[in-house]
Amino acid sequence: MVMSAAAYLPAPKLGEWLKELSVRHLVLAPQARGDAVVFAPYAEGGEIVLDRDATMPPKQAVFPATEELLRFRRVKDPEDPGRVDVELSASQPAPKTVVFGARPCGTRGFLAYDRVYRSPKTTDPYYAARRDATLFVTVACTAPGNSCFCHWVGSGPDDASGSDLLLTPVTGGFVVLAVSGRGDELLGSPLLEPAGDRTAEAEKVLAAVRAALPPAPDISGARDGLTAVFDDMGFWDEVSAKCVSCGACTYLCPTCYCFNITDEGDGLAGRRLRTWDNCMSFQFTLEASGHNPRPTKAHRLRNRVGHKFSYYPALHEGAVACCGCGRCVRGCPVSVDIREIVLAAIVRAARAREETAHD
Amino acid sequence: MSPFETLKEKIREALPGLDCVIGWRQGFDPLHATPFFMRAPEDVEKLVWSPLCVHNLSTYLPSFRGKKVGIVLKGCDSRGVIELLQEKLVERENLVLFGLPCSGVADLTKLGRAAGDLDRVSAVAWDEAGFTLATPRGEVRVARRDALADKCLSCQFPNALEADHLPGDPLPPATGPDLGDEELAALEAMAPADLMARWAAEMSRCIRCYACRNACPMCVCRDHCIAQSRDPHWLSQEDSPREKLMFQLIHTMHLAGRCVECGECQRACPVDIPILALRRKMNRVVRELFDYQAGLDSQAVPPLFTFQVEEANIKERKW
Repeated sequence: MVMSAAAYLPAPKLGEWLKELSVRHLVLAPQARGDAVVFAPYAEGGEIVLDRDATMPPKQAVFPATEELLRFRRVKDPEDPGRVDVELSASQPAPKTVVFGARPCGTRGFLAYDRVYRSPKTTDPYYAARRDATLFVTVACTAPGNSCFCHWVGSGPDDASGSDLLLTPVTGGFVVLAVSGRGDELLGSPLLEPAGDRTAEAEKVLAAVRAALPPAPDISGARDGLTAVFDDMGFWDEVSAKCVSCGACTYLCPTCYCFNITDEGDGLAGRRLRTWDNCMSFQFTLEASGHNPRPTKAHRLRNRVGHKFSYYPALHEGAVACCGCGRCVRGCPVSVDIREIVLAAIVRAARAREETAHD
Repeated sequence: MSPFETLKEKIREALPGLDCVIGWRQGFDPLHATPFFMRAPEDVEKLVWSPLCVHNLSTYLPSFRGKKVGIVLKGCDSRGVIELLQEKLVERENLVLFGLPCSGVADLTKLGRAAGDLDRVSAVAWDEAGFTLATPRGEVRVARRDALADKCLSCQFPNALEADHLPGDPLPPATGPDLGDEELAALEAMAPADLMARWAAEMSRCIRCYACRNACPMCVCRDHCIAQSRDPHWLSQEDSPREKLMFQLIHTMHLAGRCVECGECQRACPVDIPILALRRKMNRVVRELFDYQAGLDSQAVPPLFTFQVEEANIKERKW
């Protein structure tokens, strides 16, 4: 990691800096849309919302809800009208993008994607192209909320993993630190000043946030615990009773990476689309025969929790596929709380172990 | 004994004969109540009743079909139960209805406007005039009009319309402003192109999670919604505003003469798209055409479940 000296961005110059970045990049920044906050293209004068975490994570920047993979057209051979060829054209290249203003949890979500879509074993070219074209200017979190639990999953309010620049709010502005080689390239702006002893203030700000977090429970037993309760459908029925089976939790999740691929035709031409899909949906595992291995919401919620805290870690050296942002908790129409389910599974598995020991 | 304590006593008495009683308990933070399925007598101690009991629990009833269940109801929620009874989607003899007079529930989106970051509210209190939120910036006072769900300000049915137990004195209808009507009037005043642009802008942030659909007590197709069918292929997978608005219109059309205007669709929306207006518009049309409101009388036949040769308000021969 290349570390240059910290810089300082005065708050009043934020808009100007984003405008400067916009010359060579598409800049996505958290902005109000109705009562929600979403990452939208920055235009001069746009008001950036940093006083609360964005409703949507920045995942659209690298993993759009709809992505065109290719276009197809059926063309008749004029010499032999009975013969129809399919003409294919590849999709647009990924634009150079800067995601500004995500919190560390939102940015860190992409690490869960990277292990799947850009691993030594397999690379998804569409994902990799966007990922390589996207820089993350993350703002350290100074205001963790009731649904936050980044520190449960090995992260924290100043976690810079996955980021290129990390900004820390200090009096009058931000201390700007390059946390990747690519981040260095963004530091050339004349609007940035040397940070001087503001670095010490930034350290103090971050230490205070870390100290303010309530103690995190030990969830190291989740991986085995969730496997142990896999067949305990009584448990899953109970924890999923209030779930309404919508996809809010997955689509709001910075680490949920599942997709669907469909051909959307229009006469003789059409587009092959990759779109977000979610394991809370009945159709997700519906087989062509009509059989569905996950027929109830209990089966489906079991998959969501199990995948994040057990199956994924088993495949990826213990890494949990959850960044602890809490969006699934606060965005859920009935407040299903994934923290509660993980803890309950650990307890349930321990109790089952004890009972077996006494038999 | 307070009406709430009386109700708890009734629930304890009924519980042995029931699969469960659906109510609310405290959720993950002070502002959130969460649906709660009481199965054991000790569960009843965790039941809460407050202006934070925002959910319409009748949504869960069709999934319990054939089982005996109890449910705690606000007035508006009872309309969901009645409509389900009218449509024969639940059986009256399998239900025990526990009603409580309701003086209105919070709209967390509205509270969020006052609080800034709703996730940092550490305590909440309420009285007849409004809510008090403890935030990092200090106490924030929110007046009733800016705190309660719009439907509650002009609520005509504060008491469950069908109930087996309804402790406490019934409350009179609310006399506040009809903010839903004002919103609809503003939309109706817009030129069609502007209206379309407005909906396109709103729908552009829709993530197509279908929370609106799944929280709706009348959306009973559940896993077999036409929106996700490939054959027929009404909607493409493309998440354009046009496709997403099309789903809203499908939902609205399927609710014609059935929507009880509980507002769950809009409340459930994680990105706060004001979609209830579309259902309100449809309800107004149904009211004008058929002089009918859904979910008021379990014996009434919904207008689109039947056929009249001569409809009083549809002058087919006099165009």
